[in-house]
Amino acid sequence: MDHFPTNWGNPRAENVDSYNTYPVASHIGTVPHSVQQIAGYGHTNGHPTSHTQSPVVTGTSVLGLKFKGGVIMAADNLASYGSLARFRDVERLHQVADFTVLGASGDMSDYQYVKNLIDSQMIKEYNADDGHTLATPNIYEYLWRVMYNRRSKMNPLWNTFVLGGVHKGERFLGAIDLKGTPYQAASIATGFGSHLAQPILRKELETLGGEDQISEEQAVKIMKKCMMVLFYRDARSMNKFQLAKITEEGVTISEPMSVETEWGFAENIRGYGA
Amino acid sequence: MAEHPFQHPSIPSEPTPQIHQTPPTQQLYSREMFSTYPGQVVADYPVSVPIEHRFDPYVDNGGTLLSIAGEDFCVVAADTRQSEGYSINARYVPKSVKLSDKTVISMGGCYADCLTLTKRIQQSMEWYRHAHGKTMSTAAVAQMLSIMLYQKRFFPFYSWCILGGLDEEGKGAVYTYDPVGSYERESCRCAGSASSLIQPFLDNQINFKNQESQRQQLSLDQVVRITKDSFTSATERDIYTGDYLEIFVITKDGVEVQKMDLKKD
Repeated sequence: MDHFPTNWGNPRAENVDSYNTYPVASHIGTVPHSVQQIAGYGHTNGHPTSHTQSPVVTGTSVLGLKFKGGVIMAADNLASYGSLARFRDVERLHQVADFTVLGASGDMSDYQYVKNLIDSQMIKEYNADDGHTLATPNIYEYLWRVMYNRRSKMNPLWNTFVLGGVHKGERFLGAIDLKGTPYQAASIATGFGSHLAQPILRKELETLGGEDQISEEQAVKIMKKCMMVLFYRDARSMNKFQLAKITEEGVTISEPMSVETEWGFAENIRGYGA
Repeated sequence: MAEHPFQHPSIPSEPTPQIHQTPPTQQLYSREMFSTYPGQVVADYPVSVPIEHRFDPYVDNGGTLLSIAGEDFCVVAADTRQSEGYSINARYVPKSVKLSDKTVISMGGCYADCLTLTKRIQQSMEWYRHAHGKTMSTAAVAQMLSIMLYQKRFFPFYSWCILGGLDEEGKGAVYTYDPVGSYERESCRCAGSASSLIQPFLDNQINFKNQESQRQQLSLDQVVRITKDSFTSATERDIYTGDYLEIFVITKDGVEVQKMDLKKD
């Protein structure tokens, strides 16, 4: 297929398309249309070098939660192109080490680039064969430096990453955004999830008595509930998602799954243009 | 321009310049000029062009910090909430770091910048220790921090810094900074999102402004109580302050850390 987003549809200018249904708004006449043009896209081909000013193919929320003995993460399998549900089988949870999983929301091409960076780094460490590997906190620090350096060059990687893992008996759950802001917490939700899922996760943590009191079964149930809420209200989400579990035993990333939904009530909704 | 072999068939090889508004009809010469980029046309009359967005590399992660110098002690305190807009990222992200047995740094503003700056200070202090065989004094760290901030004068670290510690004579010292490195030694200072709420209170209670007759040397206990009251009150009114309060007490015996709950709403 044609992998150039600019050739997929009808490019619209932002002054025409005020609802931003088309994500790349300002490239008329300057968008590279072929591999040849991309190869010489810098000053060589008569165009200024351009930086990512907005994401193109995007993934929505990533969730993370600590539980007794491990960390659980969730992300759906959709990569959207604006409002178009473009790719429906994308894996946004990636195992980067024996006890580490990377989850990505935001621009999917930037995610693939970062995935490649980290995988290359892991291979380099493995080849050194010095008995050391990068553990979750090390990978987190590396990822933070990459994100911060790119934002400092005014050319950010348009993502919010969630990194989950276990190291020396300690659970690790941290996030980094496109401005290089790092933070760690018992529950993390990116994008729309920070509004819809994070309150649920924090409430569960509070009522169940903290991350040490949540069993694995409860954690799975909570995650599924959050993914269901997101599917009901986040228009860029999909009812097909994966769960990643990281414990002392290692990493398991599930096959894509879905939750039961009930839309009978929808008929009775009035307003909101319905 | 020659036709590219990989070009999509439906797209013309040389896109015409996008000028959506017709130029004034009466003109003696062509008002279109060529830019330094071949093929790109520049017009000196208003044209309709897409809106350009510029990436803003900064984010204000909120938070409040405070430091008070005593006769033979120093108190450095900060809340631990990290915010982004109306969202709380995390409830425990420490803003203060112990640099040595005599010095504590606290920073607020853009957390990514603050953490980067903190790591730079720590790195330099380690190099200093290896080069000179001793730990940097509070005054030396203070001047170094000013230089580090000014080195990035034209792409500043968005960070409000307060350095607290003991000077060479063992007296409490507070150094305060603006994001580009202006600094001064003071007896007390509050910075960050609730600084405008707390600083006037400190002027009154620590520096005895407008109540000269009450002037006295405050004890460590009194200073800690004023600190706690400052933060509990600021938490009521400032949405970026809350969750936990971390208090660093620096005395000749070293640094002691206290943690206190603040409201989490």
